[in-house]
Amino acid sequence: MNNPFELFGLPARYALDAQALERAWHEVQARVHPDRHAHAGEAARRASLAWSARANEAYRTLRDPVERARCLLELNGVDPEFETNTTMPEAFLQRQIEFRETLEEARAAKDVAALERLAADLAAEARALEAEIEQRMDGAGDYAGAAVLVRELRFLHRLAEAVEAAREPE
Amino acid sequence: MALLQISEPGQAPAPREPRRAVGIDLGTTHSLAATVRDGVAVALADAQGRVLLPSIVRYRADGRVEVGYEAQAHQAEDPKNTIASVKRLMGRALKDLAWTGSAPYDFVDGPGMVQLRTVAGVKSPVEVSAEILRALRLRAESALGGELAGAVVTVPAYFDDAQRQATKDAARLAGLEVLRLLNEPTAAAVAYGLDNAAEGVYAVYDLGGGTFDISILRLARGVFEVLATNGDAALGGDDFDQRIVRWAIAETRLPEPGATDARRLLLAARAAKERLAHEQAAPLQALLADGTRVECMLTRATFEALSADLVQRTLGPVRRALRDAGLAAAEVKGVVMVGGATRMVHVQRAVAEFFGREPLNNLDPDQVVALGAARQANVLVGNRPAGEDWLLLDVIPLSLGIETMGGLVERIIPRNSTIPTARAQEFTTFRDGQSAMSIHVVQGERERVADCRSLARFELRGIPPLPAGVARVRVRFQVDADGLLSVSAREKSTGVEASVVVKPSYGLSEADIERLLREAAEHAQEDMEVRSLAEARVEAERLVTAVRGAIAADAALLEGEERAELERLLDALESLARGTDARAIRNAIAALNRASEPFAARRMNEAVRRALAGREIARLDL
Repeated sequence: MNNPFELFGLPARYALDAQALERAWHEVQARVHPDRHAHAGEAARRASLAWSARANEAYRTLRDPVERARCLLELNGVDPEFETNTTMPEAFLQRQIEFRETLEEARAAKDVAALERLAADLAAEARALEAEIEQRMDGAGDYAGAAVLVRELRFLHRLAEAVEAAREPE
Repeated sequence: MALLQISEPGQAPAPREPRRAVGIDLGTTHSLAATVRDGVAVALADAQGRVLLPSIVRYRADGRVEVGYEAQAHQAEDPKNTIASVKRLMGRALKDLAWTGSAPYDFVDGPGMVQLRTVAGVKSPVEVSAEILRALRLRAESALGGELAGAVVTVPAYFDDAQRQATKDAARLAGLEVLRLLNEPTAAAVAYGLDNAAEGVYAVYDLGGGTFDISILRLARGVFEVLATNGDAALGGDDFDQRIVRWAIAETRLPEPGATDARRLLLAARAAKERLAHEQAAPLQALLADGTRVECMLTRATFEALSADLVQRTLGPVRRALRDAGLAAAEVKGVVMVGGATRMVHVQRAVAEFFGREPLNNLDPDQVVALGAARQANVLVGNRPAGEDWLLLDVIPLSLGIETMGGLVERIIPRNSTIPTARAQEFTTFRDGQSAMSIHVVQGERERVADCRSLARFELRGIPPLPAGVARVRVRFQVDADGLLSVSAREKSTGVEASVVVKPSYGLSEADIERLLREAAEHAQEDMEVRSLAEARVEAERLVTAVRGAIAADAALLEGEERAELERLLDALESLARGTDARAIRNAIAALNRASEPFAARRMNEAVRRALAGREIARLDL
């Protein structure tokens, strides 16, 4: 069972019922977690470790907006082309360059307020993209068309990570 | 709290004697063991009624080993052979330790973990810790009236892989069956949450003798989910004592003290610090080796001023943990204080100010970790209390990755991932015809390998000659429920495989452990054969009960001749377990384990199916 939606008995959609996912995760772990089988034989403990790890990975995949999208693309036979396709729409690239510049300036000036504003802007941008991906996938069933948006979202997440790192001096 | 009430398939509580299980808090300054008696977690006391065992081990020239108060009594007169705060050395190389200059020990540097030269020979921190654990095991066996079925041993949440592995090795060396390594703040949350029916987001602030942990947990419907953890594995009450010593030396214009005097001053400093938890000023008094009497008055204000930065240092990890959890301080419903060092008034004040609420101190901060561990041990060993059920979902504290070109780290498992977990990543070759790949496993948050902890190196050989960038090497990381890593690598086109359980750089080898176990048994004048047989029988009993329970619950999942085969192996094991051949019992255990593997896998699949089926019914009810 490598389909995380199936593992948790959830519909394979981009829109996520976070509470239902968490409940399903807890229910599966309540049965497979190694703590439940610590006194069992070695065979049962091994199976438990494998299942518990799988459930945690599936949970992480579905919770993460990029990973969930990647998973849906793959389930629908669309290559997300994360590593191979770096072409982005002109307007998106322009925005990214602006974000990068803001980040570099804020980092150089150690401007915490500017970094926080940038983080908030990126989060808003990401939410808008997620809504668009949801519409494209769940509404129109257009997975191929959603792929470029998913790559954009991944790009934004990377940038948000860089902002987090800048906010976190060693 | 409303607890999850899912009885495990085939594990309906059978009326029988509860198995003997303990929780052990192996601390920097003191350690203790606890157990569950008649449904209540209680700390185990020694013959004198003392619960805390000072984590001090003294090696004597005559070969005897003293542990606890006995060792503590000779601390000042025999500092080189009396090892205190050994927890700070676990899984560490000499170069990792910033404070060795002030420690009175004779350190032996080596490629792996630092070692100590004593009159009884060179000792690794694992062996020293094992002496403490052994003393607690003997205490527990005499209190509970027999061999232990298993133990949960706690570790700081911020311990890395090397430190965890070292702790587990020490427990094995002490003759303990380790059911689980449990993070100290999580153990405290279990004790606290179950006693207070808590629900919501809690922070556990755990300042021990030598380590600091902060964990953010969400408690809901019997699930303790750790959202994030952070800390400092080299910050604790010991550091506050050192500050007082430095102050006293400056204050009384003492020359730099030798090892013996340094110990005396440290003990005096600790006593003064403890009094300051209740008083505004405390005298610091010590008699030095040359008869000099050191006497000065330490006020609370002075103490707070000279250690304010240490308290501040704990708040950085608190902020990072909250950020990783995606929460603000105000969203935390309660802050549980753990560890003796949280008795300091300015620590309490700083935490209260940070979270905007008074911290919770209603359980003894010295005992709460062991009490929580005891409850978890009781469950893990199979004594599930009726109607009581909970699940711990813990995380890994530090990211795991491997070295790539240019000395950079490629992260494979990020910090705060829920464990157990398994993740894989593909890498490729750098040169044409490259036939081997060296895999360097590291742990830490920094981008450069040099700034992270090196855990292990291994090689994948026999990669077919291909142009650079064509070979596909899949590196798989697996972290088990103890937070311990194993790594395997596989070249995809040929299936060439290499795997390691990560321990070579810092751990002891299996052979070392075998040898040390034998030596330890001889030393303690325990009969190795008797012990080995007792252990094999305990394991056999556990396995027979588990497999019979599984058959009773899920007979429908057995295929063809499987049932008859399992029954045959069960009978064989039971009859061997009545005999005295430990080796034969172990072989029969292995045979039964092998034969039951497909059945175990099918049962687990079935359990997942049932979990989801139950959920669909619940959904219809809505």
